[in-house]
Amino acid sequence: MTVLIDTPPDPIVERRRAVQAAAASSLKRRKLGSRVALTVCWLFLAIAIVPLVAVVVYVISKGLPAWNVDFFTKSTTPEGVPGGGVWNAIVGTAVITVIGTAVAVPLGLLCGLFLTESDGRIAAALRFTADVMTGIPSITVGIFGYIAIVHNFGYSGLAGSFAVGFIMLPVIIRAGETAFRGVPRSLNEAAMALGARRATIARKIVVPTALPGVITGVLLAIARGLGETAPLLLTIFGNQYLQWNPTKTMAALPPLIYQYSSQPYADLVQIAWGAALLLMVIVLVLSIGSRLLAVYLRRERR
Amino acid sequence: MTTVETPLSPKVGRGRRRSLPDNGYRGMLALTAIVFGALAVWFLVAVILQAKPAFATLGVGWIFGGTWNPTHGQYGLLPFILGTLEVTAIAVVLAFPVGLGTAIALAFLVPMRVRPALSTTVELLAAIPSVVYGLWGLIVLAPVFRDTVEPFLTSAFGWTGLFNGPNNGTGLLLAGVILFVMILPTMVAISRDVLIVVPTDQVEGAMALGATRWQVLRKVVLPGSRTGILGAFTLATGRALGETVAVAMVIGNSPYIAHSLKSSAATIPSLIVNNFGESTGTELSALFGAGLVLLVIGILVNSAARWLVWSTGHQSAGVEVGT
Repeated sequence: MTVLIDTPPDPIVERRRAVQAAAASSLKRRKLGSRVALTVCWLFLAIAIVPLVAVVVYVISKGLPAWNVDFFTKSTTPEGVPGGGVWNAIVGTAVITVIGTAVAVPLGLLCGLFLTESDGRIAAALRFTADVMTGIPSITVGIFGYIAIVHNFGYSGLAGSFAVGFIMLPVIIRAGETAFRGVPRSLNEAAMALGARRATIARKIVVPTALPGVITGVLLAIARGLGETAPLLLTIFGNQYLQWNPTKTMAALPPLIYQYSSQPYADLVQIAWGAALLLMVIVLVLSIGSRLLAVYLRRERR
Repeated sequence: MTTVETPLSPKVGRGRRRSLPDNGYRGMLALTAIVFGALAVWFLVAVILQAKPAFATLGVGWIFGGTWNPTHGQYGLLPFILGTLEVTAIAVVLAFPVGLGTAIALAFLVPMRVRPALSTTVELLAAIPSVVYGLWGLIVLAPVFRDTVEPFLTSAFGWTGLFNGPNNGTGLLLAGVILFVMILPTMVAISRDVLIVVPTDQVEGAMALGATRWQVLRKVVLPGSRTGILGAFTLATGRALGETVAVAMVIGNSPYIAHSLKSSAATIPSLIVNNFGESTGTELSALFGAGLVLLVIGILVNSAARWLVWSTGHQSAGVEVGT
């Protein structure tokens, strides 16, 4: 603002000018501070992305060379003997996970249904237990598997299934409950008004409506169970040979990666990378697949 | 197939037939709930019972003994408790600012078009098995730490006394950094969920008053989601405390109290996983006791975290976190 005539300063104009100057400098300062703080946030985003991307890139670049026909068809060889694959570990992981899932999914979903339909103190306690159990150290579940199964029946694939299923159970319960609770009340009430029994409502309304969420939850739980290492280290013992019988000791991919990673033989480390890539691909396919499937099923419904 | 009964249905009067299937259904649900509850109780009781002999022979004070030497009957857990706390501390001290900053960037700064893709990517990375992170840490990161990071830190911060001793690559620092990378997706995913539910009218109100974006974040968004962020932080801490294989692969596994960040050390989980196969008698029971200590810490930390996340009223956030 320029003053044209030389008059005595108007106190109001002076005051206004002072306020405007102060506001301008404050705005400058605040804008600078904002820019600095937000840049730091961007920086942190970069810091977070770099190692995470590095892990994925390294596993792919180091693991792919290990993939060949032998890798997927032959069993592990003794230390020092070249060649061999991880077929026994793939079979072990598949058998252990399938059995664990087969028990944990129905039990977990029914439990989730129970939590959806009851609002008492017992349900709240169970819900809290399930929540806490999703976060407890997995090694302690391995100890439980050891005490409960290995102590009495020896090391076996089933002991591993027990531990893996136990880890998946609370995840499935909470995912199931969340999915079931998402079913609109109006649907429930309409069915009730028609005189349907609770069992019928659950079977014909709640479960089908909640299916996309349920499938997502189950697939994520499987992805979680597949990658568990510590519980398996305490329960399945490992097996150099192909073993389909879950009552015997078994090999599995995560313990194999753990054991081979610290071996002095380059070819074993190579196999560990290949196994890590395989595990990562399976887990990511399950995770991404579950999301896509959920989107697809929801769209299909409309 | 049972058909839906209408009030006109002739079966209506027969109460027994009507209620039986429903009772069966309710009974089945209650039964599964009982099974789950019983499993949880069995879990706790089984570990306590197996740890009892160690407490009986060694007294309660054994947990805080400073020496682990099974051949001399010494089963002190202090080095492992300290190791667990130190590694966790390194991880969360790094993960808190980086995780929060990343969550803010993902929630408000990244262009709308890439926001969902980037958020999904971060969430997917949380699903990568820990053994894969461990392998990467041991084979790729350990040499980098030995040759570059540790010499640099020693020359720059050696005066603090935190970086004494040889550059091994593996050790407390590497274990902490690997854990930091592992818990980051958890921290980011929940913090972001908590940040984006802050009411829009509050944000817009602050903007209308002339607040800059950072002022809106610091004065409106962050205070509103403080509890949830604390919950995310605590959950990530719980995950770090209990991580076994990734830490066991890169920490060097030495049963002594670490004297520098470069020292090899051990955590409770790595102690258990490394000694389980060869242990019998009191040593095995002592390992169960170590597991019990870990379990109690895990239950406490996770209870606190759930309570914090719950009290912000975002129950669904808690579920996704667990995976």
